[in-house]
Amino acid sequence: MSDQALEQHRIDLAPGDEGEGGVGLRVLGYVTGLGLALLLTATSFFVAGTDLVWQPSIPVAIIVLAIAQMGVHLVFFLHITTGPDNTNNVMALAFGVLIVFLVIGGSLWIMANLNQNMMPMDQIMQMQR
Amino acid sequence: MFGKLNWSAIPIDQPIPMIASGVVALVILGVLAWVVLAGHLPYLWREWITSVDHKRIGVMYTLLAMVMLLRGFSDALMMRSQQAVAFQSQGYLPPEHYNQIFSAHGTIMIFFVAMPFVIGLMNLVVPLQLGVRDVAFPTLNSVGFWLTATGALLVNISLVVGEFARTGWLPYPPLSGLTYSPGVGVDYYLWALQISGVGTLVAGINLVTTVLKLRTRGMTYLRMPMFCWTTLASSLLIVAAFPILTATLAMLILDRYFGFHFFTNEAGGNVMMFMNLIWAWGHPEVYILVLPAFGIFSEVVSTFSGKPLFGYRSMVLATMAICVISFMVWLHHFFTMGAGPYVNAIFGIASMIIAVPTGVKIYNWLFTMYGGRVRFDTPMLWAIGFMVTFILGGLTGVLVAVPPADFLLHNSLFLVAHFHNVIIGGVLFGAFAGYAYWFPKAFGFRLHEGLGKAAFWCWLIGFYVAFMPLYALGFLGMTRRMQHYDVPEWRPWLLIAGVGAVIILIGIIFQIMQLTVSIHRREELRDRTGDPWDGRSLEWATASPPPVFNFAIPPDVTGEDAYWSLKAHAKQQGLEKRELDYKDIEMPRNSPTGFVCAFFATIMGFALIWHIWWMVAAGVIGAFATFVAFAWRDHDEYVIAAKEVARIDRANIEERRALTSLAGA
Repeated sequence: MSDQALEQHRIDLAPGDEGEGGVGLRVLGYVTGLGLALLLTATSFFVAGTDLVWQPSIPVAIIVLAIAQMGVHLVFFLHITTGPDNTNNVMALAFGVLIVFLVIGGSLWIMANLNQNMMPMDQIMQMQR
Repeated sequence: MFGKLNWSAIPIDQPIPMIASGVVALVILGVLAWVVLAGHLPYLWREWITSVDHKRIGVMYTLLAMVMLLRGFSDALMMRSQQAVAFQSQGYLPPEHYNQIFSAHGTIMIFFVAMPFVIGLMNLVVPLQLGVRDVAFPTLNSVGFWLTATGALLVNISLVVGEFARTGWLPYPPLSGLTYSPGVGVDYYLWALQISGVGTLVAGINLVTTVLKLRTRGMTYLRMPMFCWTTLASSLLIVAAFPILTATLAMLILDRYFGFHFFTNEAGGNVMMFMNLIWAWGHPEVYILVLPAFGIFSEVVSTFSGKPLFGYRSMVLATMAICVISFMVWLHHFFTMGAGPYVNAIFGIASMIIAVPTGVKIYNWLFTMYGGRVRFDTPMLWAIGFMVTFILGGLTGVLVAVPPADFLLHNSLFLVAHFHNVIIGGVLFGAFAGYAYWFPKAFGFRLHEGLGKAAFWCWLIGFYVAFMPLYALGFLGMTRRMQHYDVPEWRPWLLIAGVGAVIILIGIIFQIMQLTVSIHRREELRDRTGDPWDGRSLEWATASPPPVFNFAIPPDVTGEDAYWSLKAHAKQQGLEKRELDYKDIEMPRNSPTGFVCAFFATIMGFALIWHIWWMVAAGVIGAFATFVAFAWRDHDEYVIAAKEVARIDRANIEERRALTSLAGA
């Protein structure tokens, strides 16, 4: 790593640390985030109950809105950016997402596969009675 | 008033636990009496119990591990002797007691021996290797240690008051559910692990932050010693995996305390989910333990071969690859649970793939030794013993990673032999290598070499005599956890295994002798140079034992093997005569927060086990009040004046200079 990279590492910010910018700018950031989060929440409630769109697309739409919601939280509230002062935070996020994906995805796959090869437990119990 | 607790909880009618706990209680009372009567209590309180110094906390972790090793090993001796005599008879341990012993053995050895041992060594060494003055969160570090000690204490209380789990070291439901385990045994297990699990998580967070954020000038990632890399990987795994354990045990607690149905057979519960989740933590856990051991071996092999580590970058890559792949193999612990061929095959292949980076490491160590001038001191003996033993354990591991083979070997003694082969041969040998290697750094004198070597040979030979028969027994069809048996072919192998356990016992006696003899002869074993092994990384650049601030002036790092290049530079240019510019140093104040928190956590845990609800409330309120009091503190740092720093550092430099000129003459 070059000396320049080292200097960048030195000013590496933790989530919630504010580097520069006045109070006004920060408040603006949080208000924007809150507005977007509310908008996305309202949209998902609206989409769930509407019949204006093709019905089978609704689950997909809700998943997309949920992911957008996560993005808003990460950017405006947890201050994840792509800047060089944020490498550790982005790496931590990526590692966390990978582990969550592996554990939850893996568990779902394993458990679904069990039920394909075996009768579900309550049916076995009923057979034993 | 006292929940489920009454006088029948104390097993007066059972002689073995009563005698064992009586002896333990006498020893504890004796030590306490000696401490109080000899007036050591204020010193212990001031310098150790309330200490937030990473070196002191590291030493206390290691001490806890060694004391608990004695407890776990006495369980092992009882199991070996029971199986040696229980041929067509009941032996001397009744089944319900035998079941508690194997459960306690596994729980203690993993959570209260292996974990504190590696965390202790990481705590002691990593800040020194990074060239910094402390870990990122010193007081949190103390909290983490004392919570781990709380867990160990609860497990030991179960010996006297009530009982321990009879479920094996992982409490599989439905056996661990309220229907089949109505006693407090499983509750002891659950609360001991929940409380110490918080401690472990805190230690992991602390070490990740330390490695990522607190490195001295010029210590870039790719200049860090290998042990710091493996600490980073292991702590990342702690942070990612321990929440899974906590959540899984919390669900079992809800099942047991509030009648939930996560892991029951009725009402939509699914016991398979417990196996799945506990191993999603359990497999990363074995890498949490073994990665720091790999780091220790990297340091030891490179130091005692007098060469830089071969293939440093491939080693870093292998470590981080293991860190990620360790989360992709957990199903291999339950191939036989009923998953289809696709799932089993994919997890089987992933389990074989994870052997590849481990193989890379073995070759790197061998090539580090190749062409080097190898010195066979005790740490190096442990490292070589590890390489031979661990390769064997790894190969049997690849064997059980083949699903069809696993269907034959699952739950047999072959499996027991395999994981003891990797955990003793990998983790424990690594911890002992680190203990012998860094002891002079922590205390300023070496351990006795002769007794250390004797202990090593007893452990190595004892290991093979004790566990090779178990492979054979696995092929003969003997399953694990048997209280008695009727098969005559098994008997000779079990007798041989019993002899092996006795040889290991002799090794442990040698280790105790080594410690006492070394303390007695500390003057002749004294290390005044701070660098007894001709080391390569920064922990050897400061005095032994290091001053509280570690480094008077933070070292400047210009390449890998930081201290080695400093020494080479000094040999060429002569020692620097330049007057150093000392500055005031701010250090964190000692704090009783950790100890007080753990005191209340112990009360809370004990009360939860026995359903004494008012006491639970008292414990929770106490722990929370401690936290609030700590958060409101005013003075959390004190200053060591530049003059004092200069005095300590100059004395150290003078001593080193005198010794190097003696060596030169």
